[in-house]
Amino acid sequence: MTTPGRVVATDGPAGPGGPVGAGRTVLRVDGLSVGTRQTPLLSDVSFSVDRGERVGLIGESGSGKSLTALAVMGLLPEGLGASGDVRLSARTPAARNLLGVGEREMARVRGDGMSMVFQEPMTALNPTMRVGDQVAEVMLLHRTQPSRSAARRRVVELLGQVDLPDPAHLARSYPHELSGGQRQRVVLAIALANDPALLICDEPTTALDVTVQATVLDLVVRGVEERDSAMLFITHDLGVVATVCERVLVMYGGRIVEAGPVQEVFADPRHRYTQGLVAASDLAGADGRRGRAQLPTIPGTVPPAGRFPSGCVFRTRCTHATQACASQPPWTPRGKHPAGAAAYGHACVHPAGGDDD
Amino acid sequence: MTDPARDATAGPPGPAIELRGVSRDFRRRRTSLSTPPPVVHAVRDVSLSVARGERFGIVGESGSGKSTLLRLVCGLDRPTSGELYVEGRPVHDQPHRRLRWLRSTLQLVFQDPMGSLDPRMRVRDIVAEPLVAQGRRAGNRERVVDLLERVGLSADAADRYPHQFSGGQRQRISVARALAPDPDILVADEPVSALDVSVRAQVLNLIDEVVEGFDLTLVLVSHDLSVVRHVCDRVTVMQRGELVEVAPTEQLFTAPEHPYTRSLLAAVPDLQTALSGRTARDLAAGVRGQAPA
Repeated sequence: MTTPGRVVATDGPAGPGGPVGAGRTVLRVDGLSVGTRQTPLLSDVSFSVDRGERVGLIGESGSGKSLTALAVMGLLPEGLGASGDVRLSARTPAARNLLGVGEREMARVRGDGMSMVFQEPMTALNPTMRVGDQVAEVMLLHRTQPSRSAARRRVVELLGQVDLPDPAHLARSYPHELSGGQRQRVVLAIALANDPALLICDEPTTALDVTVQATVLDLVVRGVEERDSAMLFITHDLGVVATVCERVLVMYGGRIVEAGPVQEVFADPRHRYTQGLVAASDLAGADGRRGRAQLPTIPGTVPPAGRFPSGCVFRTRCTHATQACASQPPWTPRGKHPAGAAAYGHACVHPAGGDDD
Repeated sequence: MTDPARDATAGPPGPAIELRGVSRDFRRRRTSLSTPPPVVHAVRDVSLSVARGERFGIVGESGSGKSTLLRLVCGLDRPTSGELYVEGRPVHDQPHRRLRWLRSTLQLVFQDPMGSLDPRMRVRDIVAEPLVAQGRRAGNRERVVDLLERVGLSADAADRYPHQFSGGQRQRISVARALAPDPDILVADEPVSALDVSVRAQVLNLIDEVVEGFDLTLVLVSHDLSVVRHVCDRVTVMQRGELVEVAPTEQLFTAPEHPYTRSLLAAVPDLQTALSGRTARDLAAGVRGQAPA
């Protein structure tokens, strides 16, 4: 797939001209903390995503995964403050901390260097605008297409790329005329219109049927592969993460408790929360069907925001918790990973794994 | 699975639920003066029988007619044609006031644990409401406490309001309410799709326990095939208002016959198969009817 828009507009060390060494890192988040004045919601979140890499962010509701995405996009709701360091290397090198950049500057980055696909395809689209105009808008605003007519031609191309039937005709329809899956394809076309260096997907298929989900996931993966973009994929569905991503970050209580390659983290989890999550979500069991009423569960429920315990955030629900868990467990690297120690490891004093259980 | 002593009290033996050629059409608004209004065939000629004590699953995507079918079975809607019997008694041609027996025989658990509980009622009154509606007043207090303990909540939960509970606990309250009139049939409409993964397993275990412990017939509707596979003995797949396949669970999952069932199964992102290398492209290929690579 040729994407002439990018080649013309991209420069700097992260461009396709010289992606070497550290230049491949598209997004680097360091010590990100978000909270209201009284309540911390995210604590010390650090991770990075490379060009062409697909990283999953999983966790239950209230774990802080969407908040992480909103903080990176600079879309935090009023009353929430963020501290830490968020750097994006897109058209321009990662010289600035995005948390300190003004709204006018952020608006220039959003939809261009990084873009986002939201969960609700109905609310993400403007009901009073034809979908083609909405796709064109993002290119005209960021001036990645020289003229209105060029943008319109590109719209048809983009809608065709997300497998929408008769894109020229469909571009003239309004969101309510489309099905949920078609709307999500339009949202994806908008997100990919400017060939972003980073695509953030926040539960993009949760509202869709399984067959539609399968095709949309395929389009998302193809879209980022063709552009060699970095992707941060947020979901609560472990099966979806394992299908789509190479690397995964497990969040609980506003912290990343475990990280690593999908294969290792899900097949051989270390943190007790990951272990419980994998066991509870796997209804079939590793070898065929599990007996009834024997589903392993995690006791209790996710506490509301701000009610997580000090120290290890999971210790109130963990069956292995001891006195040692009352202080914040250090990050334990699990092996060498090109993206650094934070990319592969866990924060658990009594890790699972090995032969003990 | 059926207990002979129970059958003696529950009427003549026979299927718990039986549908014979049931259809439900909806008329849409007229689009023109010269043409008749368009008709949506939400359920088309469905014949089905659910045995007593069976755990029956209905899967289908949105718009397949599974909710309409469920409303018919619960006597909340009447079929356009066909016959429907619950425990041998007709439901399809009865007015609401003559279906009071059905309200105690068959009970429902809904998807949304917040929307299905009245926020202004205490848990005590929510759980007792089916009893009050049946005209039973005596001994309700004890029964509520007993039911709450059966679903894993403490007795002091009775004095609290729904908003003071988490999603999983609210679903427990829904189950307690459904059990209150001592039903024979439990109908669960997507009972866990609004819940987190770690809580989902708790509620599935609870449903299993009460179906076992209260000797219930279960009808479970879900879009999540793994949930249906775990819970049900027999499964039907709905598409465009028709049952495209009815089969024992393991047979349906290991040797699906209908192409639609096959594409549905191929589309599910499963953790184990994903770890063994199935990609999003394979999933999408499965939906289009090609064998995954």
